[in-house]
Amino acid sequence: MNKSAALKIAPSGEREIIMTRAFDAKRDLVFDALTKPELVKRWLLGPPGWSMPVCEIDLKVGGAYRYVWRNEDGREMGMGGTYREIVRPERIVNTELFDNAWYAGECLVTSLLSEQGAGTTMTVTLRYESTAARDSVLESDMESGVAPSYDRLEEIVISNTTTAK
Amino acid sequence: MDHLSSTFAALSDPTRRSIVDRLTDGPATVMELAEPFSISQQAISKHLAYLENARLIERQRDGRQNYCALKPDTIREVADWAEGYRRVWQTSFRRLDALLAEMKSEKLSSKLVKPAVKNPKRS
Repeated sequence: MNKSAALKIAPSGEREIIMTRAFDAKRDLVFDALTKPELVKRWLLGPPGWSMPVCEIDLKVGGAYRYVWRNEDGREMGMGGTYREIVRPERIVNTELFDNAWYAGECLVTSLLSEQGAGTTMTVTLRYESTAARDSVLESDMESGVAPSYDRLEEIVISNTTTAK
Repeated sequence: MDHLSSTFAALSDPTRRSIVDRLTDGPATVMELAEPFSISQQAISKHLAYLENARLIERQRDGRQNYCALKPDTIREVADWAEGYRRVWQTSFRRLDALLAEMKSEKLSSKLVKPAVKNPKRS
């Protein structure tokens, strides 16, 4: 199994969060995994116990996407936005807004994919409309209501990934 | 402003980040902190006041010398908030790793399975 690549998340400037993550696959595969609904549903699931009953993507400039996640006890979380730029396989720019946003304003998400040998480095910049909004996202407890056991989850993920090979 | 927001505001300036970075090596006097920068000591003092207000640093006195030192609890708070958000993304990206591995092997196996098509001989 590949050693987990290090995920970097940090605030940047007054209104941004920057996430960086390397993947052991070429850009076209990563781009597909980010933009095809049947693939997005397989991984963009957040904390354990959540499923993704709605995953709609209209991948074109001005097109909309819509995600709804559902928790085991029925709680739902919805989010969506529109695409501003799409440049396969290197860049996606879209807006992002949660249905019950606990912060004001939209977020502008810029995802850049750059080739690193046989792999891809993804840099995602999330730009909020205010420092307060940005900080509240970082402080938000997305795991509330779920009682995750991350050690157990890691065991499961590791064993699933190993048997898949 | 809640304290975590003031911490982030304090760290949003590159000079202040350099000061905090220097202080991870240990306490320093105002003069020592001003040394690497081409701005006035007065400007440095303003930055230090900002950092002190955000509870990132505190003043200590050792005999006749005044020092600035990091407040480790505040730094730890900043590290802690990242954990919740980070864990959620970490979990998702690990799933994405597994999915990409699957996609790669599917791509590879579809190339191996396709037979080479030769032109049929005319009879």
